[in-house]
Amino acid sequence: MSGFFNSSIGRKYAMALSAFFLMIFIVQHFAINILSVFSPDAFNEISHFMGTNPLVQFGLQPILLFGVIFHFVMGFILEIRNRNARVVKYAQYNGDANSTWMSRNMIWSGGFILVFLVIHFIDFWFPEINTKFIQGDMSGLLADGEGYRYYEELTHKFAPIWRVALYCVGFIFLALHLLHGFSSAFQSVGANNKYTRGLKGFGKAYAIIIPLGFIFIALFHHFNQ
Amino acid sequence: MKLTLKIWRQNGSQDKGKMVDYQVSDISESMSFLEMMDVLNEQIINEGGEPVAFDHDCREGICGMCSMHINGEPHGPDKGITTCQLHMRSFKDGDTITIEPFRAKAFPVIKDLMVDRSSFERIQQAGGYISVNTSGNTQDANSIPIDKHAADMAMDSATCIGCGACVASCKNASAMLFVGAKVSQYALLPQGQVEAVDRVKNMVAQMDLEGFGNCTNTGACEVECPKGISLENIARLNREYFKANVKG
Repeated sequence: MSGFFNSSIGRKYAMALSAFFLMIFIVQHFAINILSVFSPDAFNEISHFMGTNPLVQFGLQPILLFGVIFHFVMGFILEIRNRNARVVKYAQYNGDANSTWMSRNMIWSGGFILVFLVIHFIDFWFPEINTKFIQGDMSGLLADGEGYRYYEELTHKFAPIWRVALYCVGFIFLALHLLHGFSSAFQSVGANNKYTRGLKGFGKAYAIIIPLGFIFIALFHHFNQ
Repeated sequence: MKLTLKIWRQNGSQDKGKMVDYQVSDISESMSFLEMMDVLNEQIINEGGEPVAFDHDCREGICGMCSMHINGEPHGPDKGITTCQLHMRSFKDGDTITIEPFRAKAFPVIKDLMVDRSSFERIQQAGGYISVNTSGNTQDANSIPIDKHAADMAMDSATCIGCGACVASCKNASAMLFVGAKVSQYALLPQGQVEAVDRVKNMVAQMDLEGFGNCTNTGACEVECPKGISLENIARLNREYFKANVKG
């Protein structure tokens, strides 16, 4: 199988498999975040569990980081190879006649998602790693010791409107990426059959509902200060 | 009708090439696109110039030779046809038409609008066949019963004429629809099973060696294919390639 992943089709499989993993992770991330709207206590509890559980922190988290980095790096490598496959460009190229804007611009939507992810990591992930593993505070408590800090930190982050706007734009690019990426991942692993039409419909719903849900969470906490 | 033509002129594979403007008049809307090109070439010859080189053979949508990229699309704006089946009624008097060769690293330009698509031939030679000695041993066509649905799908895949419109339309210059069709036409039939593993591995290896891009499932190839080869063929290619690598 070593030659498989060095082939064009093997790389397609690798991109699709990392995409499946990331799409499952996004659902899990959304399921936890939406709890912050309905139950701050439940959000605090599960955030503390996820943030301190060794299996999550030292097992799943490194796999997730690898998945994210792999998907971006492989995406950029494939884009460069694909551009090299057409050295002289067309004077006129009417892509709208045969394909969607989303399908032709995955590298751009993916690139903007990468920029958003860097900002997201600076906002949430790096401070979390600093608190837990550099300062050594694994308690998850507020400075005054009165309850968990996670909900407070989340709502505090969404106070400035510029950050909310930034997150909204980030999730719009995620929606554009998923509108093609969801069904494309299934096609890449050879799943094109009688269920494809339904799968495409489900993919479109997923690509709209999940990012819209994240946007709702950001707006909810901004206007619910 | 009167038309302005912007045509890619390239005097050989080493020439840099450029777009050149031409004016043609008295074009009938009943003419095929290639007949319009014939009129242009007569005009150029009468003026003492070098006619535009372009590929054509059958002029009835079977040979897949007429590889022109017209107004940003392979085989022009109409769907399900080759360039020779495109008629001038698809254009209006006074239109400007941009005509380029199919662009891909694996399809180097020979001259003007002619490209070298022998990379497709080399992919076929790598495995797009069944090794059966038929000389003097011809069997009855129905000696092996084949499911009607499978036979129909294999026939659909086999209608690929190897014109290269899939590569030309793909933003990545990928040949996976062509290879998918050529693998599928055998993968769907019992006769193709014996060499299935080697066939798909060798054809994909040759495809990658030729410098075609990676498929990103935009679906442009399926839309522009003059024979309506579907994306199911690429999915089947992916499955066959995975199975072949698992088997060894």
